Formats: sequence, C-alpha cells, structure tokens
Amino acid sequence: MLLSGSGGQGVITAGIILAGAAVLHENLIAVQSQTYGPRARGGATRSDVIISDSDIYYPKVIQPNVLVCLTQEAYNTFYPIIRPGGLLVIDTGFVEPKKSVDARQKALPIYQSVMQEIGRPIVFNICMLGVVLGLIDLVKPKSVMKILETQIPRTFLEINRKALHLGMKLAAGNQN
Amino acid sequence: MPIKDYIRERYFPHLWCSGCGHGIVLGSFLRAIQQLGLSKNEIVMVSGIGCSSRITGYVDFHTLHTLHGRALAFATGVKMGLPELNIIVPMGDGDALAIGGNHFIHTARRNIDITAIVMNNRIYGMTGGQFSPLSGYGIKATTAPYFNIDHDFDVVELATAAGASFVARTTTYHEKQLTNIITKAIQHVGFSVVEVLTQCPTYFGRKNDIGSAVDMMKLYKEKTTPRGSKAKKENPDLIERGIFVQKEMPEYCNEYNKIIEKAMKGH
Amino acid sequence: MMNENVKFFQGNETCAEAALYAGLDFFAGYPITPSSEIAEHLSHRLPQIGGKFLQMEDEIASICAIIGASLTGHKVMTATSGPGFSLMQEALGYAIMTEIPCVIVNVQRGGPSTGLPTHASQGDVCQTQWGTHGDHAIIALTASNHQDVFAMTVDAFNLAETYRTPVILLFDEVVGHMRERLILPKKGEVPLVKRLRTSVEGGVDYHPYLPREDGRLPMSDFGGVHRYNVTGLFHDMWGFPSDNPRIVQDLLHQLVDKINNNVHQIARLKEYYLEDATTILISYGSSARSALHVVENHRLRGDRLGLLELQTLWPFPYGLIREKCVNAKYIVVVEMNMGQILREVKMAVDQPEKVFLANRIDGVFITPMDIRNLLGLIQGKGV
Repeated sequence: MLLSGSGGQGVITAGIILAGAAVLHENLIAVQSQTYGPRARGGATRSDVIISDSDIYYPKVIQPNVLVCLTQEAYNTFYPIIRPGGLLVIDTGFVEPKKSVDARQKALPIYQSVMQEIGRPIVFNICMLGVVLGLIDLVKPKSVMKILETQIPRTFLEINRKALHLGMKLAAGNQN
Repeated sequence: MPIKDYIRERYFPHLWCSGCGHGIVLGSFLRAIQQLGLSKNEIVMVSGIGCSSRITGYVDFHTLHTLHGRALAFATGVKMGLPELNIIVPMGDGDALAIGGNHFIHTARRNIDITAIVMNNRIYGMTGGQFSPLSGYGIKATTAPYFNIDHDFDVVELATAAGASFVARTTTYHEKQLTNIITKAIQHVGFSVVEVLTQCPTYFGRKNDIGSAVDMMKLYKEKTTPRGSKAKKENPDLIERGIFVQKEMPEYCNEYNKIIEKAMKGH
Repeated sequence: MMNENVKFFQGNETCAEAALYAGLDFFAGYPITPSSEIAEHLSHRLPQIGGKFLQMEDEIASICAIIGASLTGHKVMTATSGPGFSLMQEALGYAIMTEIPCVIVNVQRGGPSTGLPTHASQGDVCQTQWGTHGDHAIIALTASNHQDVFAMTVDAFNLAETYRTPVILLFDEVVGHMRERLILPKKGEVPLVKRLRTSVEGGVDYHPYLPREDGRLPMSDFGGVHRYNVTGLFHDMWGFPSDNPRIVQDLLHQLVDKINNNVHQIARLKEYYLEDATTILISYGSSARSALHVVENHRLRGDRLGLLELQTLWPFPYGLIREKCVNAKYIVVVEMNMGQILREVKMAVDQPEKVFLANRIDGVFITPMDIRNLLGLIQGKGV
C-alpha cells in the first residue's frame, strides 16, 4: 500500500506504525520505506508499506492494492498506479476525485471529522489509519494501539485512540 | 628519575638542525614531567606532522605520530578513551593553525584536558621553508620570495577566544619560564595552550637575514617582556610573555560522565 | 505476546544495535544524510552502557578520534556518507598503515560531490578499495536486508580485530532508511572476536609490529605497561620510522598479504539457485533485493535463473566468482553505478564477453523491471 500526502501530514509515521504493528504484534512480514528529497518536499510525500506472510524482496510499491491520498497533488501523482480494483482512500477536504479511476474509491471527510470531534490536527494520520483498518482487514486496531503506547507520551495516547476509532467509525458508516 | 630516562636514547641523534629551538622545548618539557613526578605509563604524546611532531619519537611515553593537522582529533579520542591519561600534543605552525586550525578551535571550545604546545617558528621547516599562518606580513619564505602578504594569527588571542581555559606564551630563550609554564599547563584541568616562540635558523633566520640561532634567541630576549610590564606600556611592539588565561571551567570528560550518569539512571 | 527479540528497525538503527552487540563502546561522527540515524541512535544508547559518543567538528576529526580511542582498548566505529567518506580517506590509510582496528560505515548516496543526499546509489564501491593513496588492501562488507546488516556489522568488528585493520561497512540509502523486521540474536549467539592483547609482561621488550607466526599482531593498550611508538610513516617492529628498503617492502607485504591471502576466510556470499542456473545475476546491497525478486519470479515460471549475492566486496573473491559462474551462459551484474563490480566480475570470469550490466544511475532504486528488460535484451527476447 501507498500512503501519500504532503510533508507534515504524518503519512510516513503512519506507515511506520502500521508496518510495525504487523511485524511486532501480528507475526507478519512487513517493509516500510519512503521517498525523500526535493521531490518529497515540494510535491507529494510517499510512504511505501508492504505487508505479507512471506519474504519481501523489492521493498518499494509498484502497484498499490491500497492507496491513500491526502492532497490533490498526491492524488494526481499516484492515482494512475493503483492496481485495478484496488482501494483508493481520499480526504474530501483536500482532494477532488476523478470519476474514471478503476478502483474502489472512498472519499471521506477525515480531516474535517478530526477537527470537529477531537480538534487536534496532529492525529489526522492516525484517524486515516483507522479508516484504512476499518475498510480492509490488515492488522488489528489493538496492534496499532500497542505500537502507539511505546512511541508517544501517555498524555497523547487518549486522543490517538479516539482518532483511530473515529477513523474506523467513518469507514463503517461509509460501508453501509 | 634522571631526565635521560625519559628519552629513547637509541633513536638519537635527533633530526633537528643545529641551532633549532625544538630541542630546548623538548628539554623543558622533560624537566616539567620530572618535576611533576609523572609515571611514564600515564603520559601519551600525540603529534601531527612537521619538525616539532618528531618529538614523539624521542620520548619514552606512549607516543602517537599521526597526520598533518589532526593530532588534536586523535588526542581527543585517546583522552576520551582513557581519561586518566595525561595527553600532551606538541604542534607546529601548520599543525596547530593551518591544516589543523579547525581542530584547534574546537578542542579549545570543548575544554578537554589536553596540553597543546604550539612551537611557533613562523615557517614550515620540514618541507623547506614555506610561509605559515604565523609568519606574518612582510616575511620572506620559499613560497613568498618577494614578501608575504598574509597576516598572522595571534595564538594567544585565538586560543583565548576559542575558549581554552589555560593560555600562555614564552620563548626558547626563557627556558626556566618555559618549564614552569609547561608544568602548570599539564597540571591544569582543561584545554591548555602553550605558545613557544622557537627559532628556525635554517629557514626563517636565513630567509629573513636575522643571523644565527644565537642572534634569533637574543631577539626573543629583547623583543619580549613579561605580561603587564611597564616596558610594554612604553613600547607596545614588545611581545608579552606569561600566563594569559588560567581559569576553572567544566572539563569535557567530566561533563561526559554526567551524561553517562543520567543515561544509566533512565535506563 | 510480543517476542522481545523481534524488532521493527530502520537499517541504520540495526547497524547501530549490531555494533553494540559486537562490543562497540566508542563512536565519533559528524551528521550526514543518509547515515545520521546511526549517530543519533548511538548518542542515546552508548552512555547507557558507559560508552562514549562524540560529535566531532568534521568527518576527519571523527575517524581520527576513533583511531585514537581504539589504541586505548575500545571497540570503535564512525558512520558517514559519500562526502564524509572522501574526507576520511587519509586517516583510513593511517589506520591501515598503523594496523589499528576500527569500523567505518558508509551509507552510500548519489555522487560525485554533494550529489544526491537522499537517493539510492552504490557509487562508492571502487573508492572504498582505492580511495586512500598508496598500495594497500581493505575489507569491505555489505548487506541487502536487516538481518544481514546485523550479521555483517558484527562480522566487521570481528574481522577488524582478527586482521588488525579498518573494515568498511558499505551500505546504501535504501537499506539504511528502510524499516523491516529484525530478529535480535541472543547474547552469546553470535561469536565475537576479542582484541588480541600481548602476553609479554612489563619490563620485557614488546614489539608492536612484529607479526606472530600466524600473521597476527597482539596489541598493547595505551596506558598499559608497554610504551611504543605508532606512526603513519613506514616503521620497524618497534613502530619507529624507517626508510630501510627491506623494512618498507616487508611492511607493505604484511599490510596487503594479511588480507589478500585470506580472501576465502573473508569472503561472504549468498547463493540462490546456482546449481542449474544458466543465467546468473550477481548483485549486492539493496540492489540484490530487486535481483532476488526477479530470480524468485522467474523460477516460478521455470526459468533457470540464479543469484549470487556478494556480502564481501573487498578483497574481491575473484576465484570464487570464477568457480560459481563457470557454467553460466550469461552473467548479469546488478548494481546502482556505472559498472564498478562489473569490472571486477569481468576480470574474474573466463569469458568477460558473457558479462552484462543491469544498472541504474539516476538516484531511483533499481526495479525488477529494469533487470527484466536487460535480461530480455541479452537473451534476444526484447523488452
């Protein structure tokens, strides 16, 4: 899968948390990598995550099964490479979707919900992870929380938990 | 212990030219060690490249003869590796302030307990008499056949500004003062800089028509004065000798121990 | 339950942890992308075990400081990338000449010069062997995944002690920054080579540069009972400068032969499907991941493709390469430079004309497609 957006949105951190949860708590094989540099700064940041039950050699994503785009630029750059029939998650506040994409396109007001329900933009990426986990069976939310417990100060844990569940709720609502 | 027990006799005679001031510095240094009563096993001498750097070969301590300009970087590793050791770094003009200038100011900034003896002969002797950053304007050298337009550093001011906690200057003429200053510099906890004006009759003397080694040493007598003397007020061109800076400041190895303490507590 | 030995690490963190496992207790460095995480991680971890971390004023000072610290008995390392590695070359030669064990990590980026700080490249392979002046031999190891980054890092410390020499760990941006699973070996699981110290007692002549019959040179720590001289000049068995032609020649032979005569002991390589392979890919570092991807996929289709993954780059194992490739119809070297290992492979095999290059030099990590395209071309199938 490919998580994309712009610098500061936390897509790289989200990728690390997701892949870490798969490796450390679900006994899966996972690789996370990212693209840095001017291309990443000026344009779209990408965080590549591959989760598998067997060895992963080539660590970059060529055709993502899951693509998340949190900015228009990320969307424009990456929507053409999604695997036909894959899952494409976009934030309605930032991305104007195209009709012609051959994918299951889920447009959700992730950022807007975070701001309304939690009021802290810092957990935008965790809410996005919640959406992904709500839409496909990848790793258990519990595993993601376990990673968060080891990585962030206790005082921030609660808003992260809220954000993750908010994302899952958004996904569930969308599936109905 | 007699002074000759501090040297590696089998490597003598040394390679310095007759009249060179470096032997006087070596003598003063050994007398300082003798007065301090240090054991040979607790002294490490680290040098770079140049005439001055060859001191390390002649003394019976742990000796590390390294790369041009890098002696203080090597010395920092040795000191941090084993802080109990006394580290002495003899350096020439280039070692200290040309190629090694950056290491010099950063070692001073850290205030790590190392004694640097800057043997300032205002010329590159080993390579045949080229000008150095301590030569000064107007001087002649094999790479300044007309005259030198580069200005020189003031070692004392530079070391002071960079944060050295002990800074002193004297000359090979003032041998007793030199021994005394080196003794204090080694005793001092922190980075100590001792600038020694030392004659190079072979290149600096000859290129600049100053005369023999004795003539050069006479000039050290005439053109220098104790720090803060009346003579200096009357004649500002005189070069001051003595201890310019001597202050207690946190020493780097000790400070690092505080980091270890904190890290181990949190672990 | 979570297994405590399973970690999800960046390659750079893996290298730092492996160094600690190997006994690292002194690091000096200067930040540079894409290696900085090694310094960051060790600045945190070293003081916890009473070790020392120094951030020096530049890469030159960093390598000099670790050489100095090694002489006081520490296991030492520095880490850098291309421009910093260039600055370290003079002192690297000093460590070779004075036979002081140390480990130098170069997480490669694109070059020359400042190049591509955050992109993939393997352009420093030849520099690693020939960057410092004068005749010499060097040991350089690399790895394509975190388990191997760990193993090679520990190995680097072991080889540095065994041969009293600097060892280079030549990683790259992809492996350095990527995160994947690492299973931390338990304490004692991987053998560690301790420093060989002299058994000569104080008061008895100790010759720091007189090799034993097995070629090894027992050391004596600075601050100990033996006082001796260390110099980058050619030197005699006491470490005193000498230009005696006999001494010069013998020392040069000692420096080169101790490594080049032990190529088989130092060579580390991994073989995949070589038994019946008609086309052999030769690769190393992160490129080997793409190569393995291609090999595994082609094997599913029944293609007789194999992979030889080099983990020791220097001394180059010419004999082994020749032996392994003797039945191959095509040999394809996969690397991210203009053919630096290609050149060595061509020298190793009987028919250099059967050796091809699949490379990428634009900062983009080489893809399986890049390799497949080249395979199609040389096999006459087109892309």
